[in-house]
Amino acid sequence: MMRRIAALALALLLSVTALAIDSEGPMPNPELQARYDRLTNELRCLVCQNQTVADSNADLAKDLRDRTREMLLAGASDDQIIEFMTERYGDFVLYRPPVSNKTLLLWAAPVLLLIVGSLSAFLVIRRRSLAADLPEEGEDPFQTSEADLRS
Amino acid sequence: MRYVVPAAVFAVLVVFFWIGLSKDPSEVPSPFIGKPAPTFRLPELRNPEATVSNANLQGQPTVLNVWATWCVGCRQEHETLMQLASANMVPIYGLNYRDNREDALKWLDRLGDPYVAIGYDPEGAAGLDWGVYGAPETFLIDPSGIVVYKHLGPMTLSVWREEFMPRIQSMSGRGG
Repeated sequence: MMRRIAALALALLLSVTALAIDSEGPMPNPELQARYDRLTNELRCLVCQNQTVADSNADLAKDLRDRTREMLLAGASDDQIIEFMTERYGDFVLYRPPVSNKTLLLWAAPVLLLIVGSLSAFLVIRRRSLAADLPEEGEDPFQTSEADLRS
Repeated sequence: MRYVVPAAVFAVLVVFFWIGLSKDPSEVPSPFIGKPAPTFRLPELRNPEATVSNANLQGQPTVLNVWATWCVGCRQEHETLMQLASANMVPIYGLNYRDNREDALKWLDRLGDPYVAIGYDPEGAAGLDWGVYGAPETFLIDPSGIVVYKHLGPMTLSVWREEFMPRIQSMSGRGG
């Protein structure tokens, strides 16, 4: 029982952030609605740069949502809508910009960082284990250690 | 020797952050630079029967200034626009963006009117076609109707001198 109450309270608390900013109501069919949701979640609101067009209640975001809706209802494809937006606002409007000379570093960065990171981790670990194998200063390398005797 | 690598990494990071953080993230490069101005056709603000369209932005260098009465930066730059208009270098066209006619006319009455003609765009439809996202924005268009430069934020005399004048001069130099 307590659990249910807690879950309910949590749900009510979270629901505050689920307030709809979309004033137009749902699209006429679920398939269009899914495409609308996907598109508006991929477009960046240029005024409030870390929000998507779906999240933001800026006037510009509303304009872009309305335009997306109109174009979808008029039968435009997703690519056509993305192209329409990039023609006007550049690649910046896309949260996932296409790979080009300008964005190559951006796209390659995770892989590069992974390589650099694992390489340096490898080097550090190898150096440490080599250092552990080496006799410490002042130790007689020819004297067998306790560990060797035990094995 | 063992400090060389961390020091080098640190130096690279400093350079990256130095450049990255000194950039204004709200300044998005306009995709229209070097391309023909987007097509638009709007009723004139002061005279609704007349229209403002791409035809106005042909034949000589022109400036298109996006403004609205709700826009603080527009109020800031207004004096500069008045000065530029009185210097009579290039015609300044206005794009009244997401505003209402009455307020806009009052503003012009009170503060002066630097514009040759103003397109009235209450829905922001033409603004969307021009990729407008934050007024004030000022476009420089060359005689063949190609967008040459876009300035985001209030126009100032130093921006005008440094960014607009050289470009306008090179246009007339080409015989445009």
